[in-house]
Amino acid sequence: MVAHTVTSFDEELAAIDRIIRDMGHFSAAMVQAATVALLEGEQDMARRVIADDAVMDARQRELDERAITLIGKRQPMADDLRTVVGAIRIASDLERIGDLAKNLGKRVAAVDKSPASQTFAHSIESMAELVQHQLERVVDIYIERDAEALVPLRADDEKIDVQYTAVFRELLTYMMEDPRNITACTHLLFCAKNLERIGDHVTNIAENAYYVMTGSQLPANRPKVDETGTQPSLA
Amino acid sequence: MMFNAPETQKMNANVAPVSIPDPASVALPKTFQTVRTPDPEPRQVRVHAKDVSVFYGPKQALFDVSIDIPEKAVTAFIGPSGCGKSTFLRCLNRMNDTIEGARVSGTIQLDGEDLYDPKLDVVELRARIGMVFQKPNPFPKTIFENVAYGPRIHGLATSKTDLEQIVVESLQKASLFNEVKDRLHEVGTGLSGGQQQRLCIARAIAVSPEVILMDEPCSALDPIATAKIEELIDELRANYTIVIVTHSMQQAARVSQRTAFFHLGILVEEGPTEMMFTSPAEKRTQDYITGRFG
Ligand SMILES: Nc1ncnc2c1ncn2[C@@H]1O[C@H](COP(=O)(O)OP(=O)(O)O)[C@@H](O)[C@H]1O
Ligand SMILES: [Mg+2]
Repeated sequence: MVAHTVTSFDEELAAIDRIIRDMGHFSAAMVQAATVALLEGEQDMARRVIADDAVMDARQRELDERAITLIGKRQPMADDLRTVVGAIRIASDLERIGDLAKNLGKRVAAVDKSPASQTFAHSIESMAELVQHQLERVVDIYIERDAEALVPLRADDEKIDVQYTAVFRELLTYMMEDPRNITACTHLLFCAKNLERIGDHVTNIAENAYYVMTGSQLPANRPKVDETGTQPSLA
Repeated sequence: MMFNAPETQKMNANVAPVSIPDPASVALPKTFQTVRTPDPEPRQVRVHAKDVSVFYGPKQALFDVSIDIPEKAVTAFIGPSGCGKSTFLRCLNRMNDTIEGARVSGTIQLDGEDLYDPKLDVVELRARIGMVFQKPNPFPKTIFENVAYGPRIHGLATSKTDLEQIVVESLQKASLFNEVKDRLHEVGTGLSGGQQQRLCIARAIAVSPEVILMDEPCSALDPIATAKIEELIDELRANYTIVIVTHSMQQAARVSQRTAFFHLGILVEEGPTEMMFTSPAEKRTQDYITGRFG
């Protein structure tokens, strides 16, 4: 990319990109910590995740301020304009992801440390890993401005939905087996729902990122994945 | 840097051009194809230009510019200083005829009529295609006379009251009447810069033009006066075909419906303004409008 004639313009855009990257990695770490806390019943770790949400809020405010100042000062055009508006939207999705990670953290106290609860919790482990991986991936792709990589990434988001369905069924089975499982499983169901919603925000980010990079919308038809398979049909 | 250039060019108008080879222009393919994006809803074409080239002596300033300019819309010409915007604008009402050593080739039509037909009356043409310049240039006469001059020489008024009516209406259309109605017989040069520019627009409107050309009409004005002219351009758009040269990207984005980007004498890209400023098709357009060169 050719540099701007005004070099501080480039620096301001780079600073906004850095906040996106930081927020992305930070929120992925929150998701990971919340998951570990849930699986291991680690209350301290859960409390840290809850507290970390304030960091995400502050970073988002900082990004908004920088973006608004940049628009006022530079009146960006074309890809610059898309970058700034896209960053505001991506940061807002990341901030929501922070909220959802916080919600995961809050559930930890409710899902007790009993061996049964721990077994149930493992049903969401791979789903949480996938969500966290997708989140890191979308932010890295955005920072590298690799538009093409977003197409398979969004296709992979389907996998999260498939896993959510599987987790839902599994937890339902535990509840039917023994009504005493209902409390723990219901909390875990909310956790799974939170993870699935994080996946939706990752998809939003991918769509915004694609628009920032190309000026057009990410191709509309989401490839269909069959319920049992794990491979999306699109390469 | 880019703001002063048109002035110096005007001053150089009669000086023989010195040919300093421009390294950037050497690299340009002369067969460059303009990238064009049509409007989603096609508009009626008013001015049709095909393969227009302009030479100042031995120096070629424009290379095969082709563009259709729609009616009831504002078309903005943008591009770095010296890229040929004013040169092309002047072609549209044959102002280049007055520049010694200037030669124009290609075709320009207004409603299918050849503007360069030797039988065409150039004075009448300039009434149909009016021009507003960068620096407001009212005649050193009264406000009334400034506007009445054109209709009078073109015989557009049959009586004194008729003429008065044209003057008042033109001043109203130029959003100036309320500010000057009590001093129509004071000199026009006594008005503020922005008022003088609106007076020049009133003068252009008074002869009922079909097309209004504006060459950086706001570059000598403060932001408030600029906003008033932009508001006026937006109102005039309903009845006229307007072409505006501007060095302000924001102004082009605000006032125009189509934008044409010129670079080194070539029309690089033209398309709907919204698209040109959010996602232009050409990398050179993108680099220019985002402030990466020029
Ligand atoms: N009267 C003239 N005589 C010789 N060269 C001219 C004259 N007017 C413009 N030029 C040259 O033609 C090129 C285009 O100029 P112009 O149309 O004024 O550019 P713009 O309006 O885009 O700044 C420039 O290289 C300029 O120096
Ligand atoms: Mg000019």
